[in-house]
This record gives sequence, C-alpha cells and structure tokens, in this order.
Amino acid sequence: MPNSPSDRSGARRRIAVQRKGPLLVEGPVEVELEDGSVVTSDRFRVALCTCRRSRRYPWCDTSHRDRA
Amino acid sequence: MEHDREEPRLPRPRGPLSRGVATYLRGAGGLPRLEEIVRAEVYGEDLQLALYLCYELHYRGFAGVSPDREWDPGLLRVRAALEQRFLSALRTDARVHDSLDEALADLLVEPVDGTGVSHFLRDEGELWHLREYAAQRSLYHLKEADPHAWVLPRLWGRAKAAMAAVEFDEWGGGRAERVHARLFADLMADLGLDTTYGRYLDAASAEALVTVNLMSLFGLHRALRGALVGHFATVEITSSPGSRRLAEAMRRTGAGPAAEHFYDEHVEADAVHEQVVRHDVIGGLLEQEPYLAPDVTFGIDATEFVEERFGARLLADWRASRSSLSAPLDRETTHTS
Ligand SMILES: [Fe+2]
Ligand SMILES: [Fe+2]
Repeated sequence: MPNSPSDRSGARRRIAVQRKGPLLVEGPVEVELEDGSVVTSDRFRVALCTCRRSRRYPWCDTSHRDRA
Repeated sequence: MEHDREEPRLPRPRGPLSRGVATYLRGAGGLPRLEEIVRAEVYGEDLQLALYLCYELHYRGFAGVSPDREWDPGLLRVRAALEQRFLSALRTDARVHDSLDEALADLLVEPVDGTGVSHFLRDEGELWHLREYAAQRSLYHLKEADPHAWVLPRLWGRAKAAMAAVEFDEWGGGRAERVHARLFADLMADLGLDTTYGRYLDAASAEALVTVNLMSLFGLHRALRGALVGHFATVEITSSPGSRRLAEAMRRTGAGPAAEHFYDEHVEADAVHEQVVRHDVIGGLLEQEPYLAPDVTFGIDATEFVEERFGARLLADWRASRSSLSAPLDRETTHTS
C-alpha cells in the first residue's frame, strides 16, 4: 500500500539539530553541494557541519569547538 | 593484509612478575607470589607486562599456551592482585573532576597552542617518530574497539543500540577492508612495519602497556562499565582533532596513502562517534543508571591520566633524540600482502 500514512512515517529521516554542533542525520546520505557536485557517506549516522569552519565540509570535523 | 593464523609469541619478560606469568603460561613453573606483586612498581613495565599477559588470553592468546589458561583459577587470582594494585593507584592518581559535566566540557575544548604528541608529530615529526608511534599504538589499534565490545551485554536500550552502532562502524560497517584494525595494519605497512598481531609487544614502553591494560580492565569488569563508557567517550571526543594533526604528519612526511587514510577516516568518523557516545551511550546509560555518573567521570580522568603519561614519555625521549621503545624495530620489513 504505497503512500499510506504509516509507510511515509517509516521512511522519514530523523535529523537531530543542536544550537552548537553539527546536524546529525541518519545515513547513508547523498549531499548536493552549492556547485551541484554530490558527495556521499555510508555511515549509520552522519554529522553535517553547520559552523562552516570544517576542512572536510560538508562533514563535521569538530572545528565548531571552543578553543582556549 | 593476510590475517595471521598463528598466535603471537610470548614476549621477553621484564622482571620477576612477567617472568613468573610467562613461565606459568608455558606450563613450566609457578606463579608470582603475592608479596612480589605488592612490592612491584605499579606503573612499571614488569607489573604492567604481567597484567598484559593475563589479559591477552581473552583476546588472541599466545602460541604454545593452552586456551584453557584464560579461566585458570590460580592465574585469575594473580590477575586480581595485579588489578587491585593498578585500580587503586588510578583511583588515587587520576581524580580531577568532581562532576561528569565538567569532565566532558574540558574534553570538548581545544587548546589553541597544544603541546601534545600529535602537535609534535604534525610540526616536527620525522618518519622514525611516526614508526615508533605506530609500533607502540599497534598494541591497541590491531584490536581497535575490541576491549569496548565487552560492555555491550551490560548495556540496554538506547545506550546499547548506540554503542553497537559505533562499534559496527569501528568494525568496518560490515566490510572487512574497512575494519579500523585493518586500516591500521595498512598504515603500518606504509611505514614499513610488520603487521603481525602482537609483533611489537617487546617494543612497547611501560606507558603504552598501561594505556591498553586500562581498556582491558574496564572492559572485563561489569562493575567498571561506567568507567569503560567514560574511556570510550574520551577516545572518541579527543580523536578528531588529534587525528587531523596525525594525518597532516603523515602527509608532510610522505608516509603513504594508507597512513594518511587511517587518520583522515578518524577525523570524520569520530566527529560522528563522539556525538553518539555523548548523547546516546552516556545519556542512555545514565537515564537507566544515574548512579554511574562518578564512574563515567573516573573513566574519563583515568584515560586522560594514562594518555598524558604516555605522551610525556614519548616527548621526553624524542626531545632527547632517543628511541621511546623498549626493543629496537627491525629494519624495514618487506610485505607480501
Ligand atoms: Fe576507529
Ligand atoms: Fe571512533
């Protein structure tokens, strides 16, 4: 029974957002970048950079952390 | 990397305790006496190697040693006496934080000008430093994530699901060529090291033995499950920034693509793992068993303590242009893999 409500909820991806830190998305994912190129990750969960400081953008590399 | 079919050889003893345990394992003599254990230097190479030998029976064992020795009551009594000394020393020496929140907050701050081993290797590491570092770390990385597997039956619900997911990623997500221990063996091959499991046990310093014994201690005791989770959290939280520096060291020295890949993979993987471990493994565990918070904190502080000792020893030796190893590396080995 395609498109039944229960089917659709089963297909939903959960994304965890945090005020500080990456978006956590259930993998595997394809991410389309601004220039149209696509990068992929097969990991069970993926951390997407939101601080824009990552040197492995779009993946988080913990560059959002405080420095002291 | 062809998986070695033979068990590792027993290492060279480093004093009466490790000699006693090794002799007993070969079936050729008695165990160390308890008075000898009480007298030995707790973080010294003899006591730590003796404990390492006891623990290794739970992983891959040794050539010529009966697998039944794993549950030998006499040996377990000796192991318990060694553990008791180790654990009570750690409880005295490693206490730093009063609360788990503070301990985690400190781990999550990156020092602007750090002076640790990964900084040294990034800025001035030469290939011989990297080879020594890899040889010492191979004691853990060739069984990466294995000591933490023992905690799985002791967790449930959210904590268990999250821990199993991270471990699955450590073990390659179902693909043998992506198992992190395998990626480390590939790194070792790039550095001209022998990838045989247990090959560098003789070379490892006392401080390196301590770091691996800590994981086995926490992993093998259900009573220390909180500390094991704290240990895992510390490794995962500190790994990404450290791995970036080590990847840069590998690139700068031209160590090779597999050597770079091991650390590049850990920058990315552990940025995820640390989130999952903090939110779901620690969060889930404490939801079920809130009274374990001090144990998690102890696990973090003990891990920091032994890692700092290991780092200080490496840097002291290298700054004095000395080898950090207890036995020299062979010249470059050739690989058939
Ligand atoms: Fe790993
Ligand atoms: Fe990890």
